[in-house]
Amino acid sequence: MATVVTVTSGKGGVGKTTSSAAIAAGLAKAGHRTVVIDFDVGLRNLDLIMGVERRVVFDFVNVITGEATLNQALIQDKRIDNLSILAASQTKDKDALTEDGVEKVLQELADTGFEYIVCDSPAGIEKGATMALHFADHAIIVTNPEVSSVRDSDRILGILQSKSKRAKEGGKVAEHLLVTRYDPDRVDQGEMLSKEDVCDILAVDLIGVIPESKAVLKASNTGVPVILDAESDAGQAYDDAVARFLGEERPMRFVDLKKRGLLSRMFGGD
Amino acid sequence: MGFFGLFGGQKKNSASQAKERLQILISHERQNRQGPDFLPAMQQEILSVVKKYVEIRDDQVNIRLDQQGDASVLELNVILPER
Repeated sequence: MATVVTVTSGKGGVGKTTSSAAIAAGLAKAGHRTVVIDFDVGLRNLDLIMGVERRVVFDFVNVITGEATLNQALIQDKRIDNLSILAASQTKDKDALTEDGVEKVLQELADTGFEYIVCDSPAGIEKGATMALHFADHAIIVTNPEVSSVRDSDRILGILQSKSKRAKEGGKVAEHLLVTRYDPDRVDQGEMLSKEDVCDILAVDLIGVIPESKAVLKASNTGVPVILDAESDAGQAYDDAVARFLGEERPMRFVDLKKRGLLSRMFGGD
Repeated sequence: MGFFGLFGGQKKNSASQAKERLQILISHERQNRQGPDFLPAMQQEILSVVKKYVEIRDDQVNIRLDQQGDASVLELNVILPER
């Protein structure tokens, strides 16, 4: 049986799609057959981040409605053999995502032999987001160290704990916290919530901290999941997060203050 | 913190303010979330019963459910206007 990993956050713009692309690519790179699905019907973007925007013919909704087969809609990644992408529809409205329809597609993906199904949730708590959450075995909560993002993440946790299929059947979705856009300098200055603060408030285990990084924009500019930029700090941080997800223990990197000169430390300058 | 920050009263930094505000807000929101589904409807009904006898505004009835040990306590607060 395939494992469904939903990447979610509540708030928009915190890095869900960047994280979905990176995590899916990371799982595939580690040798697991992985598919990543865009649940943001009407506002698809995962195709762009994955660099497959010109190869989308059929999408997720087409498969649900039977206008296309799964095989026709799946886009095989050209960099990683084990990785496929299922794009969201640009035109159809959100009601096209029915619980039965989504379940049928997930089942078919599992039957086809995918080990991991990564669901890229849209922002908000509407249909697309709740559908992406509903079938989750694992949820990766993407949170910026910022008040509105933390609050929205807590709301999403509430929904996971009450409305997901696992919760309704008396079980529990495994929750993991991924803090993104982290700036250790600002944390040190007392200008940004620390990773410990966010962890305390949300009461979820930390799976990774992604530093604020120029590599992320560069990756989206070029349509390459940032995890494939192995030189970059963000790429390495995602690589660590995926390894932790797969059970490996790795120390947190890029979370400590960059060394500063004695004078700069004494006078508190940047 | 810089050298001069070590002296002259610790001013609360913005990150700790953020943490404090979030902790208060989120514990409040979690409490509401854990309440049973019928609570808002019950509040409405109690309000309409009270309104039959006394003229009050919607926000003058407050109802909440608290967990105390293994018992739940339903707390009903009605502010009656002065005569």
